[in-house]
Amino acid sequence: MSQYVWLIPLFPILAVLINGLFGRKYIRDKAHYLAVGSVGLSLLVAIGIFIEVAFLGGGGDYILYPWIFSGQLSVNVGFLVDPLSAIMLMVVCGVGFLIHVYSVGYMHGDGGYYRFFTYLNLFMFSMLILVLGDNYLVMFVGWEGVGLCSYLLIGFWFEKRSAADAGKKAFIVNRIGDAGFLLGIFLIFAHLGGLDYHTVFANAHNLSTGVATAITLCLFLGAMGKSAQLPLYVWLPDAMEGPTPVSALIHAATMVTAGVYMVARSNALFMMAPVSMATVALVGAATAIFAASIGLVQNDIKRVLAYSTVSQLGYMFLACGVGAFAAGIFHLMTHAFFKALLFLGSGSVIHGMSGEQDMRKMGGLRRHMPITFLTFAVATIAIAGIPPFAGFFSKDEILWQAFSSPHGHIGLWLIGAVAAGMTAFYMSRLVFMTFFGESRVDEHAAHHLHESPRNMTVPLSILAVLSVVGGWVGIPQALGGSNRIHAFLAPVLGGHGEAAAHGAVVHHPSAVAEYGLMLLSVAIALGGIGLAYQMYLRRPELPARLAQRFPGVYAALSNKYWVDEVYLYFIVNPIKRLTRSLWKFDANLVDGAVNGAGWLTLWNSFTSGRFDLSAVDGAVNGVGTLITAGGKAFRRLHTGLVQNYALAMFLGIFVLVSIYWLS
Amino acid sequence: MPKLIEFSAPILTITCFLPLLGAFWIALFTKKEQEKLIKYGAFVISLVDFVISLPLVYYFDPSTHNFQFAERYSWIPSIGVTYLMGIDGISILLVMLTTLLSAIAVLCSFAAITERLKEYYVCLLLLETGMLGTFMALDFFLFYVFWEIMLVPMYFLIGVWGGGRKLYSAIKFFLYTLFGSVLMLLGILSLYFLHFQATGDLTFDIVKITYQLQISRDVQFWLFLAFFIGFAIKVPMFPFHTWLPDAHTDAPTAGSVILAGVLLKMGTYGFIRFNLPIFPEASKMLVPFMVLLSVIGIIYGALVAMAQQDIKRLVAYSSVSHLGFVMLGLFALNPQGIAGGLLQMINHGLSTGALFLIVGMVYERRHTRMISEYGGLSHQVPVFTVIFAITMFSSIGLPGLNGFVGEFLILIGAFQASWLYALFAVSGIVLGAAYMLWLFQRMMFGQITNPANRNLADCNLREVVYMVPILIFMFWIGLYPKPYLDMMGPTVEKLVERVNHPTYQAVAKKSQGTEQGRAGTVQRVAGKANPEGTPMRAKVNSPQLSGDPAAPLPQVSPASAGHGNGATGSTPEGRR
Repeated sequence: MSQYVWLIPLFPILAVLINGLFGRKYIRDKAHYLAVGSVGLSLLVAIGIFIEVAFLGGGGDYILYPWIFSGQLSVNVGFLVDPLSAIMLMVVCGVGFLIHVYSVGYMHGDGGYYRFFTYLNLFMFSMLILVLGDNYLVMFVGWEGVGLCSYLLIGFWFEKRSAADAGKKAFIVNRIGDAGFLLGIFLIFAHLGGLDYHTVFANAHNLSTGVATAITLCLFLGAMGKSAQLPLYVWLPDAMEGPTPVSALIHAATMVTAGVYMVARSNALFMMAPVSMATVALVGAATAIFAASIGLVQNDIKRVLAYSTVSQLGYMFLACGVGAFAAGIFHLMTHAFFKALLFLGSGSVIHGMSGEQDMRKMGGLRRHMPITFLTFAVATIAIAGIPPFAGFFSKDEILWQAFSSPHGHIGLWLIGAVAAGMTAFYMSRLVFMTFFGESRVDEHAAHHLHESPRNMTVPLSILAVLSVVGGWVGIPQALGGSNRIHAFLAPVLGGHGEAAAHGAVVHHPSAVAEYGLMLLSVAIALGGIGLAYQMYLRRPELPARLAQRFPGVYAALSNKYWVDEVYLYFIVNPIKRLTRSLWKFDANLVDGAVNGAGWLTLWNSFTSGRFDLSAVDGAVNGVGTLITAGGKAFRRLHTGLVQNYALAMFLGIFVLVSIYWLS
Repeated sequence: MPKLIEFSAPILTITCFLPLLGAFWIALFTKKEQEKLIKYGAFVISLVDFVISLPLVYYFDPSTHNFQFAERYSWIPSIGVTYLMGIDGISILLVMLTTLLSAIAVLCSFAAITERLKEYYVCLLLLETGMLGTFMALDFFLFYVFWEIMLVPMYFLIGVWGGGRKLYSAIKFFLYTLFGSVLMLLGILSLYFLHFQATGDLTFDIVKITYQLQISRDVQFWLFLAFFIGFAIKVPMFPFHTWLPDAHTDAPTAGSVILAGVLLKMGTYGFIRFNLPIFPEASKMLVPFMVLLSVIGIIYGALVAMAQQDIKRLVAYSSVSHLGFVMLGLFALNPQGIAGGLLQMINHGLSTGALFLIVGMVYERRHTRMISEYGGLSHQVPVFTVIFAITMFSSIGLPGLNGFVGEFLILIGAFQASWLYALFAVSGIVLGAAYMLWLFQRMMFGQITNPANRNLADCNLREVVYMVPILIFMFWIGLYPKPYLDMMGPTVEKLVERVNHPTYQAVAKKSQGTEQGRAGTVQRVAGKANPEGTPMRAKVNSPQLSGDPAAPLPQVSPASAGHGNGATGSTPEGRR
């Protein structure tokens, strides 16, 4: 089965070609047959491969053809099937398929229907290349490809200026990260002599710490861009300008997790560089709490989810940074389920509300949209971290590793725990403001309020089931589970650096600590939910009073710490000014010198002409007239003269030099 | 020393001079009023020329660095001038690019050019001959003739059929380039006499001069500079670039396409063909200087491009940036860098050529090149949008398209030369994305605000026809660059070896008389009559074309045998 891995990206790209070439004229509103069908086929192959890898010990490296080579550099286009890529395949194809189905309902009637599915399939293709590539350069191809699709899909409604701007911003911020990724690739090639994972990881232990640190920091810069970490996260909240299925697929479940995948994939390199590990952990933790705090006060339903995504990605990096790569991938998977569900649910709400996204204009929706409400509630409990929902197991494992791993630190745990409380709070706030309480829906929207069609609610339901059971593959041994996902990923991610597998049986010295922390994190989650309940259902006047009480804090949070403004004034605008002044410099000084040289020559020729005229004219009259005529001609053709002068000059030099050499 | 390998047919001469014949035909045998005949005639000629050039690829032997399809005829024996043509892995792709873009340039002029048709197409065809000859010539004298011939039709193209300050731009282009050429001529003559002094052989043969003439470091330095001025203006490198935005902006579309696509490559070609192998020590010595100018060009070009209001000017400055990348790759002096630079020359020809074609399309419809005049075109012209988007991403260097492969090779080459080079150059990638995306957004996205754009017509069949081949090459080179890299591979390897460990053909000093006898001693290979059916295979073991057979032929010194030592300097061991 694994040898047919190339089929997985092939189906979507075929659909792209067909829909892209014939969609506008012939296929139009039937584009989804091909689009959904192709991803469905990919999913089938992916399931086959997953089963083979998981139960039959299949997998391997499948080289398609040689791509770039020169001197010692040789890069193939090849796909690697191993446990890590198998899990990523399932997440990408599975969630991708559900979101494709959902999009059929959500995008129904949009003018760019075929275009939407073409882009979405192109995204699937690129994402699959990213996770399947057997070397860094192929990964980079997918990496840039998903960035391109993100650009196209964020700006999907490009008539809206904000959408077009957001797309551009996403692409350029990502390019900064990509530059880092590229430098990392160059370093890898320069020091390890190859780019394929096999060569790189087999020789990684020979690297000096300094080189390993440089490589991994460069790679992490790429991850920071793609996975929206501090300080490059600014594009993700703006990316919400795209259609909601896009937010769910690209900006929550798959593309933004590519950075986590890349760091986990490169674990052998990161383990060589303690400084990089600490950086990853710190950036992850800082992002987790930073974004969560902004999420506390946002009123746009999708913005809350966007900041939540940034925050959750921070958790994944925190896990990687403390050496718990498997925990990071585990959270990546569960997050894909519940965050996709949350976005699709919010899409369903927006759909039902005729496009309204402001939560202050919602409320009481649970009566009108029962399925959306129920599934949304499941996802909220999952992300808040209440057992036995999926998010509990993955998040709790990250917190435990942050606390107990040799790379961990109690401070990291504390940040993670506080951010977890915030997560529970802002998510419950969202649910309470949207689905509970008095309806604040305006009359027009209320009139149209309806539950979404089946092709939207069915994917919601399936994702809801996954948001519950998805975590059961990683039940820690402390709770009587066997943490299957760890064992499964161990061949790729190794056991290195992790604390002895999550609460290694009962006689582990810190078993008590583990149970204690587990209880504590549940308590924190419940506390967050309770607080939100108090503030938004029991005493709805409280938030406003708090905002009045702490105006500075509130302003900082609601204005997202003014980061966008700071970037604008200190980076974007100075660059724009620089470009304008450079242009002036170019036109006046550089080109001025050229024109100046031209004028100088002209003046020179003119005065020589004059000299000729006056000096020779006196002597020979006849010749004088001739020269006068010539002078007139010269004046008319004056520019043409320069070459003659230059030629004469150089011929002179040439003759002199030749004489010198020949003699 | 590379050998000259002959082919059963004078295919280079035919390719090179067919356009010239066509130009004569149009000039002498057509009437002004026969506009259709002139147009389609010119197109057929350029298309046939492209078709004739295809066998070059088919019969090209990618396993060798020798000059192939060589032709040699005595021309002016008294001063050692021969008619010597041949192509190797460096020039073949450029020749193909030229024949392709020339045909496209003719096709894209059909609607735009309405005045003096006859002269226009004569100029275009003449230009094609000049360009092809420049890439094929292996004799300095011949090379210089082609190099100068090329200027004249381009001068007229800008000056007569251009727009804006066309006279100023045309004269500036002509004089600036001529200024460089004259310095180059000085360099050529010096080489000629130096070679004569050293060997007693009066010849302009580029191969001989390159591989037989050992020049002292100081002289190398000065001659390098003479050539440098000539080529740097042509590339153009910062700070010699200011003629380019003017010439580009004021040239007609076809002129811009040819200018960006092919003419700029003359400069980089000159560096790769002359500066690197003839002045290896000077090249190595001047690497920091060359890299500095290249990196300035990359960043400066991109920044200035960002500030432009005029689409053509923006694309012109983007060329300064892209050519900076090419030069950076060449002066990384390792296989990746040079192969990347060479490939990027082709890529830039395709993507920037395509960008100028795109600008030409909207200019023909709206007669303005100001970005602010456009906006929201996307809905109105969907096919155009797709073509523009793909071209833009090719120019930005998106993986999967051609630009990426070249840029990646250049950067990885530069990185091995020094990580600092790559660090600065990488910032050009970010800026490149910024100005192109911004341009695209301002032209294509949003609502149509200018009522004049409401009735804009989408691409017609002719426009699609000339864009599609370019798009195909963009994807092809991006996804499967192997054939291209294969073709240049051995030549690039040899060049790197040459620069890092120059060896010279030992030649006994001869009297002048022997020279004439040598013309025509090119080894003959029967292309079609080869029993194996693959003519490329038959070319091994051909004797050295020139040089005393008794003299030892140390092509590779022991020190440089096996690259990776100093030639690439990139083995893991060597680095750590």
